[in-house]
Amino acid sequence: MNRAMVPLVGFLALAGLFWFVLGKMNEGEYNPRDVPTQFIGRAAPEFALPDLLDPSQTVSPSNMAGKVWLLNVWGTWCPECWKEHEYLIHLAKRKKVPIVGINWRDDADEAKAMLARMGNPFLKIAFDPNSNAVIDWGVYGAPETFLIDAEGIVRVKHTGAMNSRVWDEKFKSYFVIDGSAS
Amino acid sequence: MIRRTLFVGLLGLLLACAAQAKVEVLEFESPEHEERYNNLIAELRCLVCQNQNLADSNAELAVDLRRKTYEMVSKDKSEKEIAAFMVDRYGDFVLYRPPLNSSTLLLWIGPFIILLIGVSLLIRTIRRRRAEQGVNVDDASLKAAASLLDSDKRDA
Repeated sequence: MNRAMVPLVGFLALAGLFWFVLGKMNEGEYNPRDVPTQFIGRAAPEFALPDLLDPSQTVSPSNMAGKVWLLNVWGTWCPECWKEHEYLIHLAKRKKVPIVGINWRDDADEAKAMLARMGNPFLKIAFDPNSNAVIDWGVYGAPETFLIDAEGIVRVKHTGAMNSRVWDEKFKSYFVIDGSAS
Repeated sequence: MIRRTLFVGLLGLLLACAAQAKVEVLEFESPEHEERYNNLIAELRCLVCQNQNLADSNAELAVDLRRKTYEMVSKDKSEKEIAAFMVDRYGDFVLYRPPLNSSTLLLWIGPFIILLIGVSLLIRTIRRRRAEQGVNVDDASLKAAASLLDSDKRDA
């Protein structure tokens, strides 16, 4: 090989590498902000928190045993949560997906006002102003959505807003074809 | 008199600012607990602003995780136990010093590999330069040099 070619080949190799990694980052796979979750394949961490709408009731993951369900962490302070709210309502009402919410580090009145204004996609909402359950679930931002199977094992975690593309890619296959929960 | 009033006014403003700056006041059972707490929040990463540790970050999650750390230190949990609690939930990424395991092996030994490559390239280049300098004298100039030396001998 011609000696003058060496820098050119080196440049092309580096350019190729950067192109590849940048592409992966755009697809989210190499996203430096995406912290890989520790919970896939693990039993869902237990908590017992008061229900936002009825504090005399307790919300617990074990209440959902035997069902495939979603756990969605949200707060009124989180713009991405406003964005996904409509889609969550679509999932709950049209596809009959059971969704339990964790209202995180929020003001109870503001949270209730948001649900009154935008609708309520949740079966139950655990009220967690002190991040107790949220830390046990390894949550570091909102919204985050987990899928828990009928055996109580965490199968999927999604960081960021839920939408139809994310649903199709990550969640849909855990539910039966007609869209309703198995 | 005016200067004095001004001075007092400025002092008051300064104190007001100092009072505004938020400082978390924590009480520890022992200096050993306090040290453990300070070590931990310096070693644990804030997951929100990822290039800050818990001690530096003002993010709400960092505040929550500091509180959790404080609670566990107060319950006399060891540094290892608390770090394990965080890794269990947030993964190795939460540690500023990643542990040595199969997925971080390259991270730990990478710099040494690069150093080794650099040094071996350097040695090769030096050797080649030296070899080139050795051969660079062609036969004609060797003969010319020899005859010059010979002529010197004859003159002597």
